[in-house]
Amino acid sequence: MDPVRISEFIWEIPKSGEMKVPARIYASEKLIELARRDQTLQQARNVACLPGIQQRSYVMPDAHQGYGFPIGGVAAFDLDEGIISPGGVGYDINCGVRLLRTDFRESDITARRKELLAEIFKEVPAGVGKGGITRLSRNVLKEILVRGAEWAVAQGFGTAEDLERTEENGRMKDASWEFISDKAMERGIPQLGTLGAGNHFLEIQKVDEIYEPEVARAFGLEEKGQVLVMIHCGSRGLGHQIATDYIELMENKFGFKGLPDRELINAPFKSDLGQRYYRSMCAAVNYAFANRQMIAHWVRDVFARVMGSSQGMQQIYDVCHNVAKVEKHTVNGKEKQLCVHRKGATRSFGPGRPEIPVVYRQVGQPVLIPGSMGTASYILVGTKEAEEMSFSSTAHGAGRVMSRNEALRRFRGEQIRDELARKGVELKATSWKGVAEEASAAYKDVDEVVRVSHETGLGRLVARVVPIGVMKG
Amino acid sequence: MEKKYEIMEHLADGKFRAYGRNLEECLGNAALAMASLMWEPEKIKPKIKEIIKLEAASPEQLTVKFLTELIYLLEVKSFLLGRVNGIKIEKRKQNGDSVYHLKAEVAGDLISPHYEIYGQVKAVTYNEMKIENTGDGLVLQVVVDM
Repeated sequence: MDPVRISEFIWEIPKSGEMKVPARIYASEKLIELARRDQTLQQARNVACLPGIQQRSYVMPDAHQGYGFPIGGVAAFDLDEGIISPGGVGYDINCGVRLLRTDFRESDITARRKELLAEIFKEVPAGVGKGGITRLSRNVLKEILVRGAEWAVAQGFGTAEDLERTEENGRMKDASWEFISDKAMERGIPQLGTLGAGNHFLEIQKVDEIYEPEVARAFGLEEKGQVLVMIHCGSRGLGHQIATDYIELMENKFGFKGLPDRELINAPFKSDLGQRYYRSMCAAVNYAFANRQMIAHWVRDVFARVMGSSQGMQQIYDVCHNVAKVEKHTVNGKEKQLCVHRKGATRSFGPGRPEIPVVYRQVGQPVLIPGSMGTASYILVGTKEAEEMSFSSTAHGAGRVMSRNEALRRFRGEQIRDELARKGVELKATSWKGVAEEASAAYKDVDEVVRVSHETGLGRLVARVVPIGVMKG
Repeated sequence: MEKKYEIMEHLADGKFRAYGRNLEECLGNAALAMASLMWEPEKIKPKIKEIIKLEAASPEQLTVKFLTELIYLLEVKSFLLGRVNGIKIEKRKQNGDSVYHLKAEVAGDLISPHYEIYGQVKAVTYNEMKIENTGDGLVLQVVVDM
């Protein structure tokens, strides 16, 4: 069961038993060691047993054990013979990242850093149970589920250009609210325009290093010290409830006997239940796009107020980290439509793909990989090689290496705040205990994760960014 | 007093074991265990009562649905669980299948600045879920997504 090393960063578990395809892991020695410690590799094998899986079951460099599929798992399924699985998307549907550039440099904002962060903290609701500022009607929510970020822009939250620079232009066209439970709708109503808690955050960052200046320029990144804003959140309770509901519905319909793990429950993609889940999941993706659209708008408002201008605060991109999408890929020399599951993975389309914005089509898609709280994050660019290597996917973040309990035993939130302050990073949070749980030492080294992505060609390094101000939900 | 629940080590998420003489007691303690990952249930004043009614196809599904209901109450009604007043579970035959009916009364308070909320449970999973009879009672193990 131990994976065979194919090359420096590529490992493979050959097909055996019920596996329909091999499993492939992209990792350095250090990262594969971490994957060996938990269920990651077994879960990658389990995914390889699912009906209609194409090519391989893939594991990204930041992978760790998840439910059913590993976090950092990528799998593509034939539309006719294959399946769709809520466990292959994750509970936080379209947990993702949006990045805004600015015309400001670090020196412009140093004196107002505290104020900026304090104002953003006031404007953007965060933390558990903190409702959004607008109480939605059910009809408006339905519109949001169908139109996504497009709805938000039509309400004056941002610009049409933001939509162009969002995966799917901020709207999954197959979305429908019709198959979403009342419970999920009710959880969605109070939470639109909220950051949430846990690993979700909003950061004011600066460019720390540029690796590929030409691509960086195409993305709107000019030089070291340039200020950026990163928003990391998802579809909140709405998405969580849709996942929970469909796991139950699929269990009741198909049973889970014969599945190596109950959380691998799935439905044929083209079955009625499969389509209901798919269309509901698309709606949750749209909700998350609208959510980040609204938060980005409030951040721009704060900059306009505090800094006197929000001009130049263009959106670089907005990416999904938890999603299943129908995409065209080449398998055995033949182009075909597949249902690609990315659970804790980022799409990494290279130059020329029609799905990416015209402005980036020459260079490839921006790939946004957040680090852990207070550490570096990375901007990469999608590649042509990734199409063959991983159905155009790469890593999505750092991934935990220490339990919350242990982090709580080892760290105190206030101490983390003081340490960050010494490094020049401002921190605002809704709970200090929550900060301790998310201590950066509890996470993998994101530098190592992106190095593997770069070396393998899954996604090439463009820039490294570091936080100046961190808001944690 | 005997142990109601125990928080276990889990790398990425929340894991606990709840104890009880029967499934009712286990589920009540599981509710407190899950709450303790987000706030301190013993500090919550039992000012408001909520009634939960649901049905499920198996004890495991009942666990997921009952605990998910508490997340729903938190997110939709801003309700912080402090106490479980009582749980009743009945197993009935419906069209030849067993169906578990649950009715529970829980008590707690609304979110307010008096209470620190330090974590968020997003969802209740079947991962590593176990219901075991140890001879002197049941142990229910649950992993929640955080």
